[in-house]
Amino acid sequence: MAPRGTRIVMLVIMIAGISCLSSVIYADDAMGALLPVIPMGQGESCVKDTDFMRRNHMELLKHQRDETTLRGVRSEQLSLTECLSCHAVYGPDAVAVTVADPGHFCRSCHDYAAVSIDCFQCHASRPEIAR
Amino acid sequence: MTDKPDFSPGRRSFLSAMAAAAGVSLAPGVMLYAISKSSSAGANATGTEVSSAVRWGMLIDLNRCDNGCDDCVSACAKENGLRGFGRPETDAQWIRKVEIRNPETGHSKSLPVMCQHCEDPPCVDVCPTGASFKRADGIVLVDKHTCIGCRYCMMACPYKARSFIHEVLEDQKPHAPRGKGTVESCTLCVHRIDADRQPACVEACSDTGGGAMLFGDLNDPQSEISQRVAKYASKQIRADLGLNPGIRYRNL
Repeated sequence: MAPRGTRIVMLVIMIAGISCLSSVIYADDAMGALLPVIPMGQGESCVKDTDFMRRNHMELLKHQRDETTLRGVRSEQLSLTECLSCHAVYGPDAVAVTVADPGHFCRSCHDYAAVSIDCFQCHASRPEIAR
Repeated sequence: MTDKPDFSPGRRSFLSAMAAAAGVSLAPGVMLYAISKSSSAGANATGTEVSSAVRWGMLIDLNRCDNGCDDCVSACAKENGLRGFGRPETDAQWIRKVEIRNPETGHSKSLPVMCQHCEDPPCVDVCPTGASFKRADGIVLVDKHTCIGCRYCMMACPYKARSFIHEVLEDQKPHAPRGKGTVESCTLCVHRIDADRQPACVEACSDTGGGAMLFGDLNDPQSEISQRVAKYASKQIRADLGLNPGIRYRNL
């Protein structure tokens, strides 16, 4: 059992930590849950409904990846490039942000879920910028 | 994956026919809308696989290739987002100009050398993970999802065509994914070919260079490249190895 003074200090640190955290990602008041802030995509709807995409987007991407790389099937709908062009997040300078920005569509959720992805070690994480 | 969207040609042509019928029923008078050209973006945009009925190849006429011109090299770098790091020993190089000189006469020629897209590629033979592969239409590629960066393929390639990426890269082109720890080489601009376009080097050569490069289907007897290789003598580099490269040279 820690002395009383130490316990109070620990409690204060804990409360401060939680309040800092919640100010960043406290998104859903109704549920009172800590959820990621997911930027809206462009266009009317995704290629599948949101529930399906949340659970299965990786399967679609992986399937399409092999189809395109090995067999040259280029379906616009399921390509990573197409995902990134609808789900591009624009910064204050009106330029699409890369995955280095915490607000990037993929990152917003993957940070929350603590799932690290390798896609952007090779793939561009934003639509091509004319130079 | 079972629930793949239906891109079958049957469904597409049915829809186009329906739309066309709707347009006709408005006639005579002004057509209210035009049907967009069907399957305009190349066969693969409709979701079909590439086929082995096609063998992509290139014929390079060295009499039209200037010693000092490197438009193909710079077009390749621009198209695929290749940037140097000031280290010529390891910087990525998908296509390079090689100068050959006859020491007895002093006569010299310069030729562009890239992945020769062999029919029997040694890089594919040695790859321990199956990452180095030949597509059905004859294009030799690296599947970077399975490449472990061992570089056996670089050692096996007699044309020194492959590069290894040593640096962390940023802002790659969306159509040309590249990353540290993988091997890469000329893709014949596979993203352009799948969209019915010519490789960037060929386009640059005909626009600003000497028009030395001709790209086409070696399996189609009616294609310009097939007719030219049938009519004129052409050579493959290191033909003695029996790899049957898809890149051929004239006046070498």
